[in-house]
Parts: sequence; C-alpha cells; structure tokens
Amino acid sequence: MSTATLRRQRLTPLWLLLPALAVLVPMFAYPLYQLGLLSLFDYGQPQVSGGEPARFLGAGNYRTLVADPAFWTVLGQTVLFAAGCVVATLAVGAALAVLLTRVGRVARIALSLAALTAWAAPAMTGSVVWMFLFDSNLGLVNELLGLGAYNWLYDRTVAFVLVGAVVVWHSFPFVMITLYAGIKAIPDSVLEAAALDGAGPAATFRRIIVPMLRPLLTIVVIQSIIWDFKVFTQIYVMTRGGGIAGQNLVLNVYAYQKAFASAQYGLGSAIGVVMTLILLVVTLLYLRALRRTGESL
Amino acid sequence: MRRFLALTALCAVALGVAACAPSTGQSTDSTDSMTGTLRVWLFDEANRAAKEAVIKEAIAEFTARHDDVTVDVSYLATDTRAEKYKGALNDPASAPDVTEIGNTDLASFVASNGMIDVTADNGRWAEAADLPADLVNTVTVQGKQYGVPWWLGVRALYYRTDIFNELGLQPPTSYAELVSAAKKVRAAHPEMLGIAVGGLYTFGALPFIWDAGGDIATSSGDGYTAAIDSPAAKAGIKAYTDLFSDDICPAQQCVDLTGGGTVEAFAAGRAGMAILGNFNRSAVDAGAVKGKYAVVPLPGAKPGSIAPAFAGGSSLGVFRSTKHRTLAVEFMHLLASKKYTLKLYEAMGFLPAMKSARAEVVSTQPFLKPFLDTMDAGTRFVPVDKAWTTIDAERIIPTMLQKVITKKASVDAAAAEANQQITAAFGK
Repeated sequence: MSTATLRRQRLTPLWLLLPALAVLVPMFAYPLYQLGLLSLFDYGQPQVSGGEPARFLGAGNYRTLVADPAFWTVLGQTVLFAAGCVVATLAVGAALAVLLTRVGRVARIALSLAALTAWAAPAMTGSVVWMFLFDSNLGLVNELLGLGAYNWLYDRTVAFVLVGAVVVWHSFPFVMITLYAGIKAIPDSVLEAAALDGAGPAATFRRIIVPMLRPLLTIVVIQSIIWDFKVFTQIYVMTRGGGIAGQNLVLNVYAYQKAFASAQYGLGSAIGVVMTLILLVVTLLYLRALRRTGESL
Repeated sequence: MRRFLALTALCAVALGVAACAPSTGQSTDSTDSMTGTLRVWLFDEANRAAKEAVIKEAIAEFTARHDDVTVDVSYLATDTRAEKYKGALNDPASAPDVTEIGNTDLASFVASNGMIDVTADNGRWAEAADLPADLVNTVTVQGKQYGVPWWLGVRALYYRTDIFNELGLQPPTSYAELVSAAKKVRAAHPEMLGIAVGGLYTFGALPFIWDAGGDIATSSGDGYTAAIDSPAAKAGIKAYTDLFSDDICPAQQCVDLTGGGTVEAFAAGRAGMAILGNFNRSAVDAGAVKGKYAVVPLPGAKPGSIAPAFAGGSSLGVFRSTKHRTLAVEFMHLLASKKYTLKLYEAMGFLPAMKSARAEVVSTQPFLKPFLDTMDAGTRFVPVDKAWTTIDAERIIPTMLQKVITKKASVDAAAAEANQQITAAFGK
C-alpha cells in the first residue's frame, strides 16, 4: 500500500465525522465557549443592555463562588441528592425489569404502560400533580393519612425525599425498559447452562445477568448521574424555587437564581462551568474504572 | 493527547483574538416618528376587563387627537413579567414604547439603560405640580425623573368583624393587642390562623422593622449601607417572626406563605386577621368573607401608633428604544392624568397618585380611610437602587425571616448573614 492510500485511509474517519461536527459545534461548542467567556466577566443586566461596560474579572466569579459557604452547602446537597436519586432509580428500575421477565403477559403490559406514562409525563406536569397531592391544605395525601395541615416541605430531608421520589418516578422507566431489553437479549442457552451447573436465581443474577448487562448498566448509570445532578424542574416547581430559606437548593436551581432571577449572568455561568467540569470528571472516572475491569463501552 | 493539546491551544488563540468581551446591547439612534403604532405594556390584573375598559377610553381619546396612530396594549402576566422586561432591555426590537413598572423595579431599569429621562417633559406637563414629592422620589434616580407615578397601594390590617364580635374583641391598637387578639381567635377557632403572616411576605414584615426604627439600608450621601442587623431592625424582625408561633400562625403552615398566600387564607375565611393592601379588596370580596371584615391601620409597638407602611404601587415610563418619543411621553401623561387615574380607581380600586384626585376619592370612600390614615402617618420605601432587584431576586429578606421562623438561625445570626448579602448586593 502506498503512503498516499494510507493517509487517505487515516483521513476517512475524520471526513465521516464532519456531519456530526457540523451539528455539535454550533449546538454545543459555541454555547460552551460563551459560557466560559461570560464566567470571566462581571456581566449583569446593565451590561447586557449596554448601560455599563462589561468588566473583566478573570477568576473573580470563581473566587466569589469558592468563598461563598452557601455554594458549598448547595454543592454538598446536590451530590447527596443526586447520589440518592441514582441509587433509588437503578434499584427500582432493575427490580422492576427483573419483575417484568417473571410476570405474565397482562401484568407485564400493565406495568410497562404505567411506567411509560410516568416517563411520558413532562417534568413540569408531574411535579405540579405531585405538589397538589402533597399540598398542606387541600392535598389528597394529608387527607387520606389524616395529617392535618402537615407541610411536606418544612423539613429539609422530608422535602428532598419527596422531590427525590418524583425524580425517581420520572426516570425509572428508562432504566427499567433498557435493562429489560438487555435481559431479554441474554441467550437462553447461557441461562440454561448456568441452571445445569446448579446456579440458583441469585447466583444467576449476580454471575450471569449483571456481567452481561455491564455495558448497558454503564450507560444507564452515567445517564442517571447526569440527569439527577442536573435536576431542575422538580426542585424549582415543588419547593417553589429552592425550599424554605433555600434549604432545598441544588446547583442547577442555584445557578438559575444567580444567573436569571438576579441577572448575574457572569456568576451563573461560573456555576455552569463548575457543573460541567464535575460531570466531565465523573464520567471520565467511571469510564476509566470500566476500562480497568476489562470491559469496553 | 497531542491533538487535544493542539485543540486547546487553538481555542485559547481564538479566545484571545476573536472576542475579548461578551456582547452588549447597543443603544439605537432615536428617531421620533409621529405616526405608527405605539406599543404599551401594562400589568395583567385578576379583573383585567375593568382595567382594559379604562385604557380603551384613554386610547380612543389619544387616537382622536393624532392621525395615523394606533395603540397596541399588551397585558403582562405577573409570573412572566420579569422575563419580558429582560427581553425588552436586551433587544430594543421587542421593547414597548410606554410601560407600567412596579415602583421598586424602576432603579434597576434605569441602571440597565432602559428608560428615558423625562425630567424636562414632566416640567412642561400641566398636571405635574399635582404629584406629591414623596412619590416623585420613587421615579427619581440621581436627580433625574424616569417616569411618572401612576397609582399606589398601601397595606393595613384586615380583620374579621364577625369573629371579633363573637369573642368581644376590639380591633388592635398596638402590637401587644394584635398578638393577644390573634391568640384568642386561634384559641376559639383552632382551624383558623390568628393572623395570616408569611415567611415570603417581605412587605408584610417591613412595617414591623420600620416601626421598631430599623431599615433594610440607610442612605448615606451617594450610596446605601446595609442596616438590617441594627438592634432596632432586629427588634422588628423578632416582632414579626414571633407571630409564627403555634398559637398564632404555626410555622408549618405559614413559613412558606407569600403575600398572595395570606390574601387567599384571609379571603377563604382561614384567618382572623391579615396585612393586606387596598388593592386586595376585590380579591377578598370575591372570597367567603365578603361583608364580614373591616380594616384598621396596622398598629405599631407603641399604643395608638401606626406602623409605617410600604409605599407600593406602579409608575409609567418610556423605554429608551422608543421610536415615538413625543407620542410615548404624551400617552404616558394621558394615562397618568387625574381624569384617567380617577377612572382607574373606580374600576380597580388603585389609589391615584395625584394629590387632588386622591382628595376626591377619599371624600366619597369610607373604605379608604384606614389606608389614608396609614399614608398620612408616613410611608417608607425600599432602597432606590439597582441592588434592590438583586436583594429581591435572591430572596435575602425572606430567607432571613424563614431561617428565624424555622429556628435554623437566631435573629442575630440570620440578620448578620442578610446584612452581609445586602452589602454585597450594593457593592455590585
């Protein structure tokens, strides 16, 4: 083979990437660039509309963030909340996926339909409906449980658990359907062989199903981490913008309040950059851990 | 890896060469056309039809005076109002010519280069002398007027006459009486709140702070200094947050009430008292308590005194991007004139800003007396500074109140934290 052919072959993948790049660069790279740029400026409403010049701050917005104890509190509870939601989503999704393989046709269809409906409900609608259910004065839940005017948002943990339940309710169907499809794709011969070797249901699940589902699990875990870390609508709607005295703020809502509600676009962008970096690191770490165990995506 | 580094370097170069500052809006050169469409933004109200009828009348008068002029009015919903204004400030093409503005927002619009200085126009306006000086102050930033005050609203104490009669209570004339009346109401009617107060209700809390001699910030020459952690302000915060006790307005139920939430609670008959505005009357009358309530000024700590109320209301202004400066100012003055503010009062219950118009409605409307007594006792205002928008949007005061109400922080700690945040907001 001549060098020219070799070079052409090496260039071919790059050409093939072009259509994807044509979409990704304007849609992602440019906004990301703007986000990074804004985060270096004192950029508020007067600056946007030309009342005052934008002042270059360098790392000023980041220093403000790091020095703000509220930011660390919010970051901490975002990580805990997201972790809780991811674990719960996976547990519920996986359990129901296994259940789907065990029940009869009617039950399976009913369960799938119910899950799909939850999945199809827009986050906004779902949050509002749940909020009505748990309203302190007129809510059905307080009525049924005889709790009087109990306020579900009063305690930080209770409020987080309630919102977390809605997040899980919204996101478990994706996990369930994906894993169900994965389980169904495992050849019966493998399972039969395991059974012949004397593996019980627990051992089959741990030794056969989980390893074979690992690539799928990876996708599902990363997806869930990214989704749950970025949760906005449920918190914003249900806790009315961050809860009592801001006790239920998560990073995305915090960024929104800084950037849009109080028009500090520069500071809000800095929070956005921090979030992007955290998610990038999480994803990279996970991929690396996966590579170590010998699986590739 | 090498490719990644190259890419990073390329980005860095691009960053250095291409754009060294994010884009900012450019002020458009102003033409002053005497024909075309005048765009007007007004606030949407629960009973908008009544407001719309008055505005239509004003438009008819205006278009009769000018050929080839149409007036297009949009009514902005409360929830999305802030976003609409941001859009208008960022993009002149989507901005109106004349707009209604909540009087607390004006300063930040001016800082954003959004409003036209109408000092000279107001000077030429025949009715300008009829505007009271303390209201003109609410549209004045650094000595220049950026609009005209349109209508105002103050809050006073609504109370249930039927419940008070039943329990043999007199309307409270001091904070101590207010507390004891509230406790008696709740003791006799455990399903009711003694007084509906809210952790998110800034304008319900401020009178207590002002009455104690405190303030959000004090004006010193060319700027403001946060003062919410002064001993006086803290006494006021304590007075307000003490109302969130189980025998008055339990924290569980009241900590996340907004001003609107207290209106609902009182209108639905779930509260013995509430701190509501003259502009809330129609909402209360639409509820279960119509004809079963009366209003007195909110009492201060000293027996017989009146707690200073917040001078709420809205103003009219002209956006800088207007292409019809003369027409816009004329229409603004028409809406703000005595004639139309009186009509607006009749339709909506909004108190006219004009002194003579106010005197006229007062003589015929006994309902207004407690509100006017409150006004005569002296009203107060939030800092006229763009920082107020930040203080408001970051919920600094509600967060402080809620921390105290939920006992997550002492008054001292919460006030110190809020003071620091308010200082930071003024520093921006």
